[in-house]
Amino acid sequence: MNEFIERHVRLSWHAPKRSYDVVIVGGGGHGLATAYYLATRHGITNVAVLERKYIGAGNTGRNTTTIRANYGIPEAVRFYQRSLDLYASLEEETGRGITHRQKGLLWLAHSEASIRAERARAEVNTAFGAKTEYVSLGEIKKLCPQLDMTGGGVWPILGASYHPGGATARHDRVVWTYAEGAMRRGVHVHQRTAVTGLIMDGGRVKGVETDAGPISAGVVVSAVGGHVTALASMAGLRLPIRTHPLQAFVTNRYALGFDPIVVSSSLLFYASQTAKGEMLLGAEIDRQPSYSYRSGHHFLQSCAHRAMTLLPFLRHLRILRQWTGVCDMSPDYSPVMGKTGIEGFYITTGWGTWGFKAIPVGGEQMAELIATGGTPELIAPFSLDRFARDRTLADRGSAGTH
Amino acid sequence: MSIRIPCPHCGARPIEEFVYGEIPVVPDSITDPDKRNLDRAFIHNNPEGPTTERWFHAMGCRRWLTLRRDTRDDEILPVSPVI
Repeated sequence: MNEFIERHVRLSWHAPKRSYDVVIVGGGGHGLATAYYLATRHGITNVAVLERKYIGAGNTGRNTTTIRANYGIPEAVRFYQRSLDLYASLEEETGRGITHRQKGLLWLAHSEASIRAERARAEVNTAFGAKTEYVSLGEIKKLCPQLDMTGGGVWPILGASYHPGGATARHDRVVWTYAEGAMRRGVHVHQRTAVTGLIMDGGRVKGVETDAGPISAGVVVSAVGGHVTALASMAGLRLPIRTHPLQAFVTNRYALGFDPIVVSSSLLFYASQTAKGEMLLGAEIDRQPSYSYRSGHHFLQSCAHRAMTLLPFLRHLRILRQWTGVCDMSPDYSPVMGKTGIEGFYITTGWGTWGFKAIPVGGEQMAELIATGGTPELIAPFSLDRFARDRTLADRGSAGTH
Repeated sequence: MSIRIPCPHCGARPIEEFVYGEIPVVPDSITDPDKRNLDRAFIHNNPEGPTTERWFHAMGCRRWLTLRRDTRDDEILPVSPVI
C-alpha cells in the first residue's frame, strides 16, 4: 500500500455556498467520516464540513491511534468490532494508505481482581463478536519478550487478555483519506470557518452562523470535539459532558521491533510503537476539567516511571516530545450519539478517550441516521436520552484509558 | 510547567497534590424537580472560561479551598479567603 499519501492525496477546496442539505460542524475524523459515508453509502453529496482550524487539528491529531474492540459491555463490543472491520478494509476501499498495522493488544493483570476482569473481558468479547482470549504467562512472554514479568518485583504480571485485532493507524492519514474520499464526491470542506451560532426557527435548527456568514442547512450535525458544550448550548441543549485534558509522549526510535500494544490498567499506562519506531506512551486523563493544551512535567515523570516498571528497556530511550488533547468525558464512559430531541440537530460526542478507534463506525452510523432519519440499531443504546431513561452504559472496558 | 495552586495555608503547590471538587450548579430555569435531579446527577456546565471550583489539598494541609480558574488556559485567578 502507498506509504506516501501526502504526495498523492488530492484535496479540492470550494467557495462556501449559502445552503446545504447537511452541515457537519467539526472537521475531525468523525465529521469527515460522516461526510464520506453520506457520499459513498447514501449518495448525499450536498454536504459541508465546517472546521474552525484545519482538518484533524483537534483531538483526531492528538490521540494515540489505538484501534481495539475489547470493551466490557455487549453494546460497545459490537459497535467497536464494526469499527475494527471498517478500519481493516479502509485502505482497500479508498486506495489510500493509512499505515494500518494489526499488532494485537495485551491487557495485563497484576491482581486477582484484574485477572477476573480480564477473564470476563475475554468472555464478553467472544460472545459478542470480538476475538479476545485469556493467555498464560508463557504466551505473554512470547508475545512481548520485552516485558519484565516480575514488574520490577512490585507489580508481577499474573495474567493478561490478548486481543489479536488490536491495531494502530496513522491519524493524519485517516483524516486525509476520509476528506479526500468525501471531497472527490462533491462534499465541501471549509477550513478556518468557525461556527458562531445556530439558526433556530420555532425550536428547529435551520442552519449555522459562521464567521463567513450564515449557512442554512436541512440538518446540522455536531461532530465537535472539545467545544461541544458551547455549541449545544446554542440550541438550548445541556450535555452530560465534561472536558478533560489527556497527555501523551513519544520517545526516540527504538531499533528493535515492539509488536503488541501493551496496557496495564493497574499501572495506568499503555505503550505501542509508531510506524517510525518511536515508543508512544499515554496514561489517564487529568482530573480537572479544562480546555487547555498545557502539558506538564509531572505526567512525564510519573507515566515514564510506571511504564519502566514493566518495560525496563524504555530507560535507554529519550523523550522526544509530549502533547495534550482534550477528551469529552461522558458519565458512563460511553459515547453520546444520535438525535437530540431538537429537530434538525444531531450530535456525536462523548468520545472521551475512545474517539479515534470509532471514527469509521461513528461516521457510518451517523450517515445512516441522517440519510434515513431513523436511529440505527448499533447506536440506539448510545442515545443522549439514556440518562433520563436510567439506561446508562457503564463500561469498565474503556475506563478512561485509550 | 505544571499548574501550581496557591493554597492559603501552604503557598503555591503543584496541582497533583490536590483533589478536584466540582461545584455543580443546576440553572434556576429548570424548575421541574425530576429534571433538576437529572441535571444534578449527569449534566455538567463544562464552562469555557473563568470558573469557581473547590480543591482539597490531599497531599498537604488536607483542607478545602475555593479557587477561580480559567479553563481555557488554566490560568489561576485570585483565591478567595479561607472558608
